[in-house]
Amino acid sequence: METRMLNVKINGRDYQVPDGTTILRAAREYAKIDVPTLCYLEGISEEGACAICVVEIKGARNLQRACLTKVSEGMEVWTNTSRVREARKLNVELLLANHPKDCLTCERSQNCDLRELASELGVREVEFPRTRTEWLPVDNTSLSLVRDPNKCVLCRRCVNVCAKVQSVYAIDIMGRGSNSTVSTFLDEGLGNVECVNCGQCLLVCPTGAITERSEIPDVWKALGDPDKVVVVETAPAVRVAIGEEFGMPDGTQATGKMAAALRSLGFDEVFDTDFSADLTIMEEGFELIGRIKNGGVLPLITSCSPGWVKFAETFFPKVLDHVSTCKSPQQMFGTVTKTYWAEKMGIDPRKIVVVSVMPCTAKKFEKERPEMKTAFHYWQEKLGLKDEEAFKDVDCVLTTREAAKMIREAGIDFASLPDEDFDKPLGESTGAGVIFGATGGVMEAALRTAYEVMTKKSLAKLDFEDVRGLEGIKSADIDIDGTILKVAVANGLGNARVLMEQVQKGESPYHFIEIMCCPGGCLGGGGQPISDNPDIKKKRAEAIYREDAGKPIRKSHENPEIKKIYKDFLGEPNSEKAHHLLHTEYCDRSCE
Amino acid sequence: MSMNLEDRLNENPELKKQFDELDVYIDEKASQQGSLINVMHRAQEIFGYLPDDVLYYVAKRLNVPRSTVYGVVTFYHFFSRVPKGRHTVSVCLGTACYVRGGSTVYDRVMKTLGIKAGETSQDRRFTLDLVRCVGACGLAPVVVIDKDTYGRMTPDKVVTLLNKYA
Repeated sequence: METRMLNVKINGRDYQVPDGTTILRAAREYAKIDVPTLCYLEGISEEGACAICVVEIKGARNLQRACLTKVSEGMEVWTNTSRVREARKLNVELLLANHPKDCLTCERSQNCDLRELASELGVREVEFPRTRTEWLPVDNTSLSLVRDPNKCVLCRRCVNVCAKVQSVYAIDIMGRGSNSTVSTFLDEGLGNVECVNCGQCLLVCPTGAITERSEIPDVWKALGDPDKVVVVETAPAVRVAIGEEFGMPDGTQATGKMAAALRSLGFDEVFDTDFSADLTIMEEGFELIGRIKNGGVLPLITSCSPGWVKFAETFFPKVLDHVSTCKSPQQMFGTVTKTYWAEKMGIDPRKIVVVSVMPCTAKKFEKERPEMKTAFHYWQEKLGLKDEEAFKDVDCVLTTREAAKMIREAGIDFASLPDEDFDKPLGESTGAGVIFGATGGVMEAALRTAYEVMTKKSLAKLDFEDVRGLEGIKSADIDIDGTILKVAVANGLGNARVLMEQVQKGESPYHFIEIMCCPGGCLGGGGQPISDNPDIKKKRAEAIYREDAGKPIRKSHENPEIKKIYKDFLGEPNSEKAHHLLHTEYCDRSCE
Repeated sequence: MSMNLEDRLNENPELKKQFDELDVYIDEKASQQGSLINVMHRAQEIFGYLPDDVLYYVAKRLNVPRSTVYGVVTFYHFFSRVPKGRHTVSVCLGTACYVRGGSTVYDRVMKTLGIKAGETSQDRRFTLDLVRCVGACGLAPVVVIDKDTYGRMTPDKVVTLLNKYA
């Protein structure tokens, strides 16, 4: 049925818009007039909590919220009368009354929606006195995120993204009226509830109320210590986003400049998580082949994404045997650096500091998991180390944003740096490693290797288009020389939940499932630059696939350094040594 | 906390009885959408307040996120997370009661019991509440104790009244 078109007048001009359109969309899309919003997030947060988007409608006594009100035939809307401007200004002033005005030193000073709005609406003073008598306690319980409720404007974007996109429901509005806060069950804090540390709440927060737990001081300290060998690894999704922090166009492949910038910061070795992504494919690919051949538990589900892993441990603890035992590339990298590389270079592993640059806040949690001290156990006997000398496989995790901040602090002119390469050997990677950064990438990389290993034939076409793209759930039947492999890919935990409910009921038709916690995969991770471009994920994904296409080697099993590490150190994929160093276990967190 | 609830129930038959009673009600209501508030209401009747264990338990039984349960508990004034006294004294300070001296009644109750609104006396005898209109303005000023409404209160009368409740 065709949608009826309605005649509306916006600011005196006539437009035809489909029935059911909100005034906000009619203004923005049809009339090209911007109506300011604060709490609105298309498709996710549309509750009209902030009342910044008010407009005047002829014949209506009160101003109406443009985000909630639908157009009707003959409606006359005014978005820019003095009454509207005054009301918007007043509403911002009310929000500012209790807001800590420490904008100069706020984490979000450069990209705060509230500050921008106040500036755009011409708010120059706040008439209203503070009504809260005490500062609210900052939530420091999480290893990944910090919540400062004093900066919260109760827009509910974080609550909605956590519930509707991620289906985690870690936070909600607690209390009532002027005592409302965004908080967790029993106000226990993000670190003590089902929060999976994905940081999607941070990405949508319009103010500085949610930030990452910064590890910048630790990294500066390590870099300044002459006794330490400081090694950096960079995740695939970082290189296609970090340029945004320096004013480069969205979707810029900044791999070479990133390597140069990190070297300028003083890192002793600039390595690449793509190397350990290739290693993950070897381990996970062979795990999949093994489970298929030996009648193991299927579907096998990927385990690269620590937000997803905690989600599985919290909500689906009964089916954890479906989750691959492979550590994530970040953790494999840490282990390999402090065992294989340390041994090869003759460096005391205790002197090595592994810093990873990640598009992710959950990685900060992951590196602190108590079982992620494999390299220490490897060396414990050899070096006669005591238990209290235990060291982590990965020492520090910086988000893409934090890495950019350090580069700025160091006064490095990122955009004009020459392109440089990663260091060898752990900087050697393939196109398969690169695409880990996009939803469907791990699947595609695994298929490239699984196909060739299983059939002993070379793939005619490396691109598996069916598993690419930003759709929430994708599935495909892959013909591996007559054997049909049924695969599915989910990004965003709400989509993951759909596939997991099938698995839990024993009704999943798939052999192999890739799950990434964040919408779009790592390129949309909670550690990425905060962007106002609605197409940002598409831009970053295009850059990732361009990077893959431009790589001389595009299959993990053909990475010469991967062949070498198996030959010299690990033996075979899934060997006992590989299992010991590169695989892990999970725990039931349903009671946390 | 919820992990060892079962153990504690086995050790405490009184608590077990209360949870069993709640279970009966949940079984009746669980299939209905939006039964959370009814269940919490019943739980508060059974336990006298809403201990954390009950919040965990209700969330789990109704398959509702824990944050939602906590949001509801903290939103409604009626729900209490601390144990209440044996009797609840609600002093009305709605417009009619206020202009007819409700606040002098309230002051005297506070002084007599040594507690403020929302608090419970140490001997658990009384919980004091402030309310805004109970719909009995003709009797202003009004005090409600448990389910009984007392009109035309004065500071002296209210003290005599409180003494009747053990």
